[in-house]
Amino acid sequence: MAGHHHHTPVSVDEQYVFLTKTRNRALLAIGAGVLLIILGAILLAAGVGVHHDAADQGQAIGENAYAVPEHAFHWTTRLWANIWLNNVYFTGLAVIGVFFVAIQYAAQAGWSSVLLRIPQAFGYFLPVTAVIMLVVFLIANHDLFHWTHHELYDKNSPQYDEILAGKHGFLNVPFFLIRMVIYFALWIGCFFALRRQSLREDLEGGLGNYNRSMTTSVVFLIFFAITSVTAAWDWVMSIDSHWFSTMFGWYMFASWFVAGLAAITLVVINLKQAGYLKMVNANHLHDLGKFMFAFSIFWTYVWFAQFMLIWYANISEETIYFEERLNGYGGIYRPVFFLNIIINFAFPFLVLMTRDAKRHMIFLKIVCCAIIGGHWLDFYMMIMPGTVGENGGFGPLEFGVVALYAGAFALVVGTFLAKAPLVPRNHPMLEESMHHNI
Amino acid sequence: MNHNENKFLVGVFDDEDVVLNAVSKIRHGGVRIHEVYTPFPIHGLDEELGYKRSRLPRAAFVFGITGTTLALTMQIWMLGYDWPMIIGGKNFVSLPSFVPVTFELTVLLAALGMVGTFLTVSNLYPGKRPLLFDSRSTDDKFIMAVDLSKNSLSQDEITAILRNSGAIEVNTKIVEIES
Repeated sequence: MAGHHHHTPVSVDEQYVFLTKTRNRALLAIGAGVLLIILGAILLAAGVGVHHDAADQGQAIGENAYAVPEHAFHWTTRLWANIWLNNVYFTGLAVIGVFFVAIQYAAQAGWSSVLLRIPQAFGYFLPVTAVIMLVVFLIANHDLFHWTHHELYDKNSPQYDEILAGKHGFLNVPFFLIRMVIYFALWIGCFFALRRQSLREDLEGGLGNYNRSMTTSVVFLIFFAITSVTAAWDWVMSIDSHWFSTMFGWYMFASWFVAGLAAITLVVINLKQAGYLKMVNANHLHDLGKFMFAFSIFWTYVWFAQFMLIWYANISEETIYFEERLNGYGGIYRPVFFLNIIINFAFPFLVLMTRDAKRHMIFLKIVCCAIIGGHWLDFYMMIMPGTVGENGGFGPLEFGVVALYAGAFALVVGTFLAKAPLVPRNHPMLEESMHHNI
Repeated sequence: MNHNENKFLVGVFDDEDVVLNAVSKIRHGGVRIHEVYTPFPIHGLDEELGYKRSRLPRAAFVFGITGTTLALTMQIWMLGYDWPMIIGGKNFVSLPSFVPVTFELTVLLAALGMVGTFLTVSNLYPGKRPLLFDSRSTDDKFIMAVDLSKNSLSQDEITAILRNSGAIEVNTKIVEIES
C-alpha cells in the first residue's frame, strides 16, 4: 500500500444497495434451512440415528453422575437444542457488533470510523433473537434446562436435589425470564441510541452526537461487562445445572467476541470486493486481522485456564464437564473437542502470524470462515452434551438450523445496511480513518 | 575498524508534510539520502525512504521457538527423568501442566531477544554517543542528512535540490563515521 499522501480523493458518500440477487441468496439459505430441518426432523422422528441402546445408558459417563432420572429422550429436544445453540451464537454476533462500535467510541478510536456502519447493522438482529429466545425458553425449558423441573425443589419428592435447591434463589424460571428481558432491553436500548446518534450525525455534523455516543457507549460497556457474564451463566452454563466455573463468563464472551470480529471482517471484505468501502485499505484490514489474531489467543487462554485448573484439581464434580465431552456418551464429542482447539487456536495463530497474511483479503477470508465455523463448534461443545447427550450428532437438522440463522442474519444485516449511508460522513475521526497507516 | 571523515549536507525542514513529500522528490532527483531524523515518527516516511521491511519479526519467531523448546525440554527432563515426582496423581510427563511455563518462556525469550536484536542492529548500546547532525531534530525540526561521498552529484547541485524541495537551511557537517 502506498504512503498515505498518495491517496486519491474518494467520496465519503457511499450507499449500499441490497441487490435482489443478494437478498435471494439469503432467502435461499433460509429456504434450504427449513427444508433440511424438516428432513432432519422426519429422519429423527422415524428413529434414524437415535440412540436405542438402553443397556449402556446407565454406564454412560455423565448420565448417572447425580442419579437424576431423566425423561425419555424425544427428538424434539435435539431441535430445541439446535435452535437454542444458534440463537445464543447469533445473539453473540449481533451484540458484539454493538460492543465493537461501543469500544471504538469509548476509546475515541479513529481508524475504524470508515467501517463502523457494518458492526452497527449487526445490532438489528438482536430483537429477532430476543423474541426467539423468549419463546423457545417458554416452550422448551424442561427439554433444555434440568433446573426448571419443579420436583427437584420438593423436599418430599424422591427427586429432591439439595444442590439445585441451594441455587434456587437464582435459578428459577421467573427470575431467569426477568434477567433475559433486562439483558436484551439494555443491549437493544443502547444499540438504538447509538444508531440514532450516528444517523443524526450524518445530517447535523458537529460533535454533539459524537459526545452523546461516547456516553452511551460507556454506559453500554458497563452493562455489558456484567450482563455478558450473567447471560453466559444463564443461557449456557446453567444447562449443566450442577456444574459451575468462574471462568465461564469470560470464556463465552471471548468466543462471542472473536466470532463477531470474524463476522465483521468478513462482511467488510465482501463489501470491499463488491466495490464498496473504497476508503478501507490494507491498513484497516491489518487492524481487523490483528484483532482476530489477538482474541483467538485470548479465547485459547481463557479456555485453557478453565480446563487446566479443573484438570489439575481433579475434583469429580468439576471434571465431569470435561469427562462428558472427552469420554462420555460413547466418545461422540471427542473429535469436536480437539477440533475446537485446532480450528480456533492453532489455525488462526499460524495463518495470521505474519503481517502479509493480515493485509491480504484471501488469508483473512479463510481465517474468518474458520473462526466463524470454529466458534459455532465451540458453542456446540458447550450446549449439546448437556442437552442431548448421547443423542447428539451432525445431521440435516444441525445444518438446517445453521442455514436458517445465517440466511436470516444476512437478510436483516443487508436490509439495514442499505437503509443508511455506508460511511458515517460526518464522523469527526473520518479524516484520520482515511489516512490510517500502520 | 576504520574511521573516515565524511562530509554531509544537512537539510533542515520545519514541516512534517514538506519533509515527507521532499523525500521522494529528492530521491527521484538522483540523490542518495543517508537518513532523516525527526522529533516524532512520521507515518509513511520509511516507505518513502525505500527501507526494506524489518526482519525483526523473524528474529522474534526464532527466539520464541527457542523459548518453547527450552521450556519443554527443561520440564520434561526435570520432572520426567532427572527427579520424577508425583504431583496430583498425574503422569510424570503430562503436557497440560507444562503449558504455562512454556507459554511464559516463549514470550520472555521472544521479548528479550527482540529488544536485544533491535538495540544491536540500531547501534543503541549503553554508553553509545548519539550521532546528531543537528540538535534541533530533538526539538521541532526535521533533519535530512546526505553523505556527499556516496553521491555523484556536486554539493551545489544537491543543495539546490534540497532548497527546491522545501529545506529552510542547508548546512554542511563533517562527521566521523565508523565503518
